[in-house]
Amino acid sequence: MIDKKTLEEHNLTPEEYQRIVELIGREPNLTELGIFSLMWSEHCSYKSSKIHLKKLPTTGPQVIQGPGENAGVIDLGEDLAAVFKIESHNHPSFIEPYQGAATGVGGILRDIFTMGARPIALLDSLRFGPLDQTANRVIMEGVVSGISGYGNSIGVPTVGGEVYFHPCYSLNPLVNVFCLGLAPKDKIFYARAGRPGNPVLYVGAKTGRDGIHGATMASAEFDENLEKKRPNVQVGDPFKEKLLLEACLEAMAQGLIIGIQDMGAAGLTCSTTEMAAKSGTGIEINLDLVPQREEGMTPYEIMLSESQERMLLVTTEEKVGQVQAIFAKWDLDAVVIGRVIEGKNLKVWFKGELVVDVPVEAVVNLCPVYHRPWKEPTERGQQILKELPSHPSDFNRVFRQLLASPTIADKEWVFRQYDHMVQINTVFLPGADAAVLRIKGTPQALAVTLDGNSAYCYFNPREGGKIAVAEACRNLACVGARPLGVTNCLNFGNPEKPEIMWEFKEVVEGMAEACRNFNLPITGGNVSFYNETEGNPIYPTPVVGVVGLIDDLKKALRPGFQNQGDLIYLLGPWGESLGASLYLREIVGQEKGPAPRVDLHLEKKIQEFCLEAIHQELLHSAHDISEGGLAVCLAECCFHSESFLGARIALPPEPRPDIALFNEDQSRLIVSLSPEKEKTFLQLAETKEIPLTHLGEVTGQAITITQAGQIIIDLSVAEAYQIWKTSLPNFFKIKS
Amino acid sequence: MKFGVVIFPGSNCDYDTYWVLKEVFHQETLFLWHKDHDLRGIDCVVLPGGFSYGDYLRSGAIARFSPLMQEVREFAARGGLVLGICNGFQVLLELGLLPGAMLRNKNLKFLCQFVHLKINNAETPFTNQGRPGQVLRIPIAHYDGNFYAPPETMEEIKKNNQIVLQYSTSTGETTEEANVNGSLENIAGLINQQGNVLGMMPHPERASEAVLGSQDGRLIFQSIISWLS
Repeated sequence: MIDKKTLEEHNLTPEEYQRIVELIGREPNLTELGIFSLMWSEHCSYKSSKIHLKKLPTTGPQVIQGPGENAGVIDLGEDLAAVFKIESHNHPSFIEPYQGAATGVGGILRDIFTMGARPIALLDSLRFGPLDQTANRVIMEGVVSGISGYGNSIGVPTVGGEVYFHPCYSLNPLVNVFCLGLAPKDKIFYARAGRPGNPVLYVGAKTGRDGIHGATMASAEFDENLEKKRPNVQVGDPFKEKLLLEACLEAMAQGLIIGIQDMGAAGLTCSTTEMAAKSGTGIEINLDLVPQREEGMTPYEIMLSESQERMLLVTTEEKVGQVQAIFAKWDLDAVVIGRVIEGKNLKVWFKGELVVDVPVEAVVNLCPVYHRPWKEPTERGQQILKELPSHPSDFNRVFRQLLASPTIADKEWVFRQYDHMVQINTVFLPGADAAVLRIKGTPQALAVTLDGNSAYCYFNPREGGKIAVAEACRNLACVGARPLGVTNCLNFGNPEKPEIMWEFKEVVEGMAEACRNFNLPITGGNVSFYNETEGNPIYPTPVVGVVGLIDDLKKALRPGFQNQGDLIYLLGPWGESLGASLYLREIVGQEKGPAPRVDLHLEKKIQEFCLEAIHQELLHSAHDISEGGLAVCLAECCFHSESFLGARIALPPEPRPDIALFNEDQSRLIVSLSPEKEKTFLQLAETKEIPLTHLGEVTGQAITITQAGQIIIDLSVAEAYQIWKTSLPNFFKIKS
Repeated sequence: MKFGVVIFPGSNCDYDTYWVLKEVFHQETLFLWHKDHDLRGIDCVVLPGGFSYGDYLRSGAIARFSPLMQEVREFAARGGLVLGICNGFQVLLELGLLPGAMLRNKNLKFLCQFVHLKINNAETPFTNQGRPGQVLRIPIAHYDGNFYAPPETMEEIKKNNQIVLQYSTSTGETTEEANVNGSLENIAGLINQQGNVLGMMPHPERASEAVLGSQDGRLIFQSIISWLS
């Protein structure tokens, strides 16, 4: 008998329970209830987000597979396809930073190789609370070690990503992991069961009691009982996953697999039901045959376990032996645990008894969809900067402070813990606007970036959603890549609160508008709700991953200045508001809006101009203006030069220098070019109606910024670099 | 001449090494499976980087028991060329084909970065295309690369001129600061007494094509090819 307490423990409402009873025509037993609770959890069912996610554009001539599979697939021309996705592992990473982050990497890797692709790159978007608090340093250190421990071992390079700091992440760090794989276009694999009679094989690691209720945990807020949830976090084994990866790809290459699904969130429950649902068949398994590493496990535990490094695959009777031979070569279990059957039910046997008998359709597709109420929060409108802060007396000091801000400072401390070079495709080391990976045997390269600014989203979620997409595409334009596809990870608070639901709706609609503007499909992603602890939600944090193609790698551009005497230009407007800027928040100490706005029409024009200028080989460098504004962007162009080249630029009389230097208005980049190319460059800009300003030139060894002949900033590149470079490691110095 | 790249479970630079030998240097190259018992007539065996057996227990500690290692041992005893890169170096230490052991890096973190290496001994099958004192720029990527050996062993190593590569500054000074992982004598590459087995922590296969930012790693492969020709 299922009582109220049991329902609460399974995060199911009485109405949802009633629906289950109607769907199966009787009261479920505990194992069946567990199955429904997992598959109907927010994490697996998208019950609160579905109606909004439908607004996102998902199609295009380049799309081979949109949302609904383990990952999206984009046509790269010729014979290749890019397979990619981003996913969150926020909740586990807060409870157990190392294993939480590590298994996040393991999970996204499986999503990619399940589709038949060899993973070639990982990127992470990480958000932590301020580093002056020990707890945040401990979380960050654990998360970075976890990513490093898993990614390095399995041999997939972590080539880029972002790390942001804000107090809203102190009790809710975010770990969003992105993976990109390459597959032969005609050999993509899907989660399907095929015909009745097909054998179902369990491959990979043995099942234990770890991770039971992981998906349900990710669908609830945290309270003071956090410590008790630690056993819900799975433990990763990258070595086992490496074997699984090689064995699966080998079996796929030999044409031995009909369908395959990884056992990630919701384990055996999710993989069996989803494969059957997609083929319109039933599926039957015998739990006595499931490899187990603990004794006395109940059907409930086996079905709900989230033990890592496991897959379910379907083949035909005559190929079972060949599949098993490949897995034996890699020292892995491959056991027939059941069959695809006629009918529409999941049937689970345990010690000769039928312990589960439910329609897969009900489990997978008939979860109630919620149109949750939303309401615009009133207080945000009052958090607008009404009066300009007083003018800084010492710009050099402010500039130094900005360069030392952990969000802006160099992230080498993080990146050098990741193997970012294995597979020998990494052309740009981490730190460029986008990661660039050659495609061996072709003149082409792939470019990937992750982006999202939650401060903008807090003050204006719609603009913030647009900007996430626009800025990611701008990052690609800076290196010379055309965007092809987007994946998104939407991190929000509790969707049952109308204010959170409003944020979500606005962000999604903003993203949809931006994607349509760039003709870009969203091919999949992930929603992470309930990112709140003790009632305090994170800022709305959408993270987008964009994959683009560079036709001729030789033309790809880096952010750093190249030559003394090159001209420096600002593409785009000067900007006018300090709202939601990092300067206003961290230096002035006022967290105020409004968020920057993005003119998508102008944005597209500027990106196309940048791509054309790169194509015509007019530019020597290009770098996007983002956190910290023009001043920080200029400094980074100097840091990324080979020999600390300096720059001298002049500001116009308007706007005020603090606004000119530190605003984060959109559609702006700094480019450099040789004087001989200036005429052609200006002609092209004129025909394309691009707003631009000649800022100055690459010269000397200092960053010098003047206005009306007065020096405002004058700092040697070496000193500025030292500040930028040492800030992050200084937080982690071992104190003797 | 024929190269063989060994695949252990958990190797992850096997394909990279194969690519460079085959596609960059156009050499006949085979993969050798760790469970096999046959080196298939190769002239040089490469133990690639990675995390053989997950580096569980200790880096390289389990891989040394792979069946093929018996053949590698005999091949080395007959004077065959053996190159161990990164995890391959760790396996060679565990096999006892090279003296010493690896400790965790001195900062207790995994390190992936370009480093400078000074060639200390240019009269080996692996460095004969260089000159003593020449500086190479090649990346490292490891957790356990902090070379250690007891004082008497270190005496032997030095006496026999077994230190082939040392972490250095860009101008070739073997300073403490340039010694990224804390190795004794800044050791990055070490050869056996017979001079046919080299272990090196840096990855020459990651620095053999201009597009990857350095071609200094070519020197190692070119030396082997020239030695065998």
